[in-house]
Amino acid sequence: MTNLLRKLDTYREMAKDYQVDTIFIGGGTPSILEPGEIKRLMEKVYSIFSVEADAEISIEMNPGTATKEKVGEYKQAGINRLSIGLQSAKDEELKILGRIHTFEDFLRSYEMVRNEGFSNVNVDLMFGIPKQTSDSFVSTLKKTAALNPEHLSVYSLIIEEGTPFFQWYQQKEMVLPDEEEERQMYKGAQEILWNYGYNRYEISNYAKNGYECRHNLKYWNMDEYLGIGRSAASFLDKERFVENEKREVLTRESLMEEFMFLGLRKMEGIREMDFQKRFAQNVDEIYQNELLKLVDNKLLMREEGRIFLTERGIDISNYVMQHFIFDKE
Amino acid sequence: MAGIEQKNIRNFCIIAHIDHGKSTLADRIIERTGLLTSREMQSQVLDNMDLERERGITIKAQTVRTVYKAEDGEEYVFNLIDTPGHVDFNYEVSRSLAACDGAILVVDAAQGVEAQTLANVYLALDHDLDVVPVINKVDLPSAEPERVIEEIEDVIGIEAQDAPLISAKTGLNIDQVLEQIVKKIPAPSGDPSAPLQALIFDSLYDAYKGVIVFCRIMEGNVKKGDPILMMATGAKAEVVEVGYFGAGRFIPCDELSAGTVGYITASLKNVKDTQVGDTVTSPVRPCEEPLPGYKKVNPMVYCGLYPADGAKYQDLRDALEKLQLNDAALQYEPETSIALGFGFRCGFLGLLHLEIIQERLEREYNLDLVTTAPGVVYRVYKSNGEMIELTNPSNLPDPSEIEYMEEPVVKAEIMVTSPYIGAIMDLCQERRGQYEGMEYIEETRAVLHYQLPLNEIIYDFFDALKSRSKGYASFDYEMNGYQRSELVKLDILINKEEVDALSFIVHAGTAYERGRKMCEKLKEEIPRQLFEVPIQAAIGSKVIARETVRAMRKDVLAKCYGGDISRKRKLLEKQKEGKKRMRQVGNVEIPQKAFMSVLKLDDK
Repeated sequence: MTNLLRKLDTYREMAKDYQVDTIFIGGGTPSILEPGEIKRLMEKVYSIFSVEADAEISIEMNPGTATKEKVGEYKQAGINRLSIGLQSAKDEELKILGRIHTFEDFLRSYEMVRNEGFSNVNVDLMFGIPKQTSDSFVSTLKKTAALNPEHLSVYSLIIEEGTPFFQWYQQKEMVLPDEEEERQMYKGAQEILWNYGYNRYEISNYAKNGYECRHNLKYWNMDEYLGIGRSAASFLDKERFVENEKREVLTRESLMEEFMFLGLRKMEGIREMDFQKRFAQNVDEIYQNELLKLVDNKLLMREEGRIFLTERGIDISNYVMQHFIFDKE
Repeated sequence: MAGIEQKNIRNFCIIAHIDHGKSTLADRIIERTGLLTSREMQSQVLDNMDLERERGITIKAQTVRTVYKAEDGEEYVFNLIDTPGHVDFNYEVSRSLAACDGAILVVDAAQGVEAQTLANVYLALDHDLDVVPVINKVDLPSAEPERVIEEIEDVIGIEAQDAPLISAKTGLNIDQVLEQIVKKIPAPSGDPSAPLQALIFDSLYDAYKGVIVFCRIMEGNVKKGDPILMMATGAKAEVVEVGYFGAGRFIPCDELSAGTVGYITASLKNVKDTQVGDTVTSPVRPCEEPLPGYKKVNPMVYCGLYPADGAKYQDLRDALEKLQLNDAALQYEPETSIALGFGFRCGFLGLLHLEIIQERLEREYNLDLVTTAPGVVYRVYKSNGEMIELTNPSNLPDPSEIEYMEEPVVKAEIMVTSPYIGAIMDLCQERRGQYEGMEYIEETRAVLHYQLPLNEIIYDFFDALKSRSKGYASFDYEMNGYQRSELVKLDILINKEEVDALSFIVHAGTAYERGRKMCEKLKEEIPRQLFEVPIQAAIGSKVIARETVRAMRKDVLAKCYGGDISRKRKLLEKQKEGKKRMRQVGNVEIPQKAFMSVLKLDDK
């Protein structure tokens, strides 16, 4: 924490040029911090940055570590959005994921958060968990949506080779839901959440009208952000960097690539106008063949100056997006 | 090479099974001997060498001349002639042996006599070479020199009681080997004043000197300015330089005379003019007849080589041209494939030769290649009486025009320990082998004799042999003509389109299985496309096997926030890179390595 505060000081000069309109406290579980620490952190932030009055300020929390005292402190510190990592409403699945909380714990935390007056809450859910069935996932979705959080993030579990989870999963010889089942889960989520009044605005994110996460939208819109803390990523002035690591200056081509593959994650897709504004070139001048092919294959749609993924395009979005990567020698 | 008498020359080679220590022993011999005789040192031959010109030359065959001062006080010139160690190069081995007067046989003290050892020894004995056995690796804990000595005497039938027990690795008893070379290997004979008769046992192309011919002078002598004639190819030239092989260098000398080993350069531009096994003589005063044993080397295995990037066709042609300068056995001619575009049908001595060339093209010439499945040369007898030698399955005439076909066969000797005899017999059976007998060379080991079709052993026979015998089998073969056979062309259809580069010739009896395995393999190799892709194997219009690559259903990255973006880009770049290694056939993308997949159809 001391390091973090010290680091913040180093941005004092730069902060003068920026108006901050979103803050996200996450990565790991900030809710394990001691009482008082978040307050200290936020005071520091306010003293250095000019934070807009209606800024979206989020914090992540784990159901198991939340206390009334901490949640109250968040509120006092100006935090106005809470993101709770539930993952599943089935305790057996939580255990497989190595989570220490139960669904009970979550319900208590959620209640507490609401009682403390938080009116913008996100819940993270997961599908494709080993042993998970479509039925259990549907039940998780319904139980969660019934609580009426403003925002839901629904991810599929990706087991990457080389991670501890991968080894663990191999040793236990867990059976993952197959591709088709996972696809059905994804479709099911969209349908059920639609019925509960949620709008899918990005591949994995759902929100009640007006509650789209402004912070995350910055990533997909290629707006600037500053990450503070170990392995926190930043994107400032066409540079991507992580604290203490090599800076990566994005070329014009890389910026175009990212503009496309990040923007297309949003259901509304990208605006041709925005591309034109940013790169002073028409998107068709750059990607004409790719766009023709993808539209032809019904993976993309173009309507009213927007380019966006079709349902099929969402299913295989990696395939679609690789078309926007330039040939490299 | 003035002043060296024939009686002080020893021309020999080292023969051994792979890994029994041939090159280590060669290194030791070179280490313990000198480069020049004392007399040559006085005349400072080295000063005369144009070192600049030597640069960049690597002696292909590790043939080397060294000088050894023996216990009897005399200096002996050793010409150690390298022999290629692989069955692909059997003919080259036989020519190298013909240039020698004796051979050192290296046998591993733990492993004993292997099939390759036997084959090499028989080859040496066929050339009337005196074979001097040496037991290597006696320092190993598992070494059993007494048993191996007995085995050499029983199995090979040569005296081995006083074989030096050495460790080429540590240098133990190398002196004994050197003394035995002097005492047991005969000095060369031949009349220096007779008409020139020299055996070509290797050649290489050098940008400065032109073709460098490696030869053993049997009769007569040759020096700078002499006219020479290659008796088989008829090529004529004038000698520019003669010399011998120093440690990795060419050292010019005044003349080469009967009994010596050295090189000749004669402003020849193409190694094709100087075929291994040919006889060099003088057109003015020719010898009566060429040395026996010359054979024109014909490629046994053919495959298509295509540049992965079609624009590199000319580069590939240039590279093949350059490689051929040094490798008379390599053949190539242009061909076109619907699937792969412009490329070359190339002929090789065997699969190892193919791999060597392929690797050199990729490494030295920086070419990315697509290789089609290798095949052998079939003889197609047509009903109109014509016979064609088929090197590319796509050129097979319509079945209605074919009377019958023949395929090349080999005589194989497989040495195996008794627990695996059954498994190896099964393997040979599956590969359409004809059993021709078996003999026990000792209680626990036997030699199996089989006649096998060449096309059954060129792919993965060696691997299968090893895996089924847990490494306890060794194998050697020689070509044994052609035999009539029921052969069919198996076509592969991807998304209903025939892919010419995947067609291959196969025995009718194994066509179904091959077709099925091929489809399975391709199913693994071909990534999912936007649509379902059927893969079929067919003989003529009859489909005999089918698999389906299901359509791509899901490929999505769930999360992509600030910290994920660089990683996500790398992932997309990798996917894109993977696509570049694909060949578009119809509207299906096929990875380039799929064209080689027919090679790996045996049990895993």
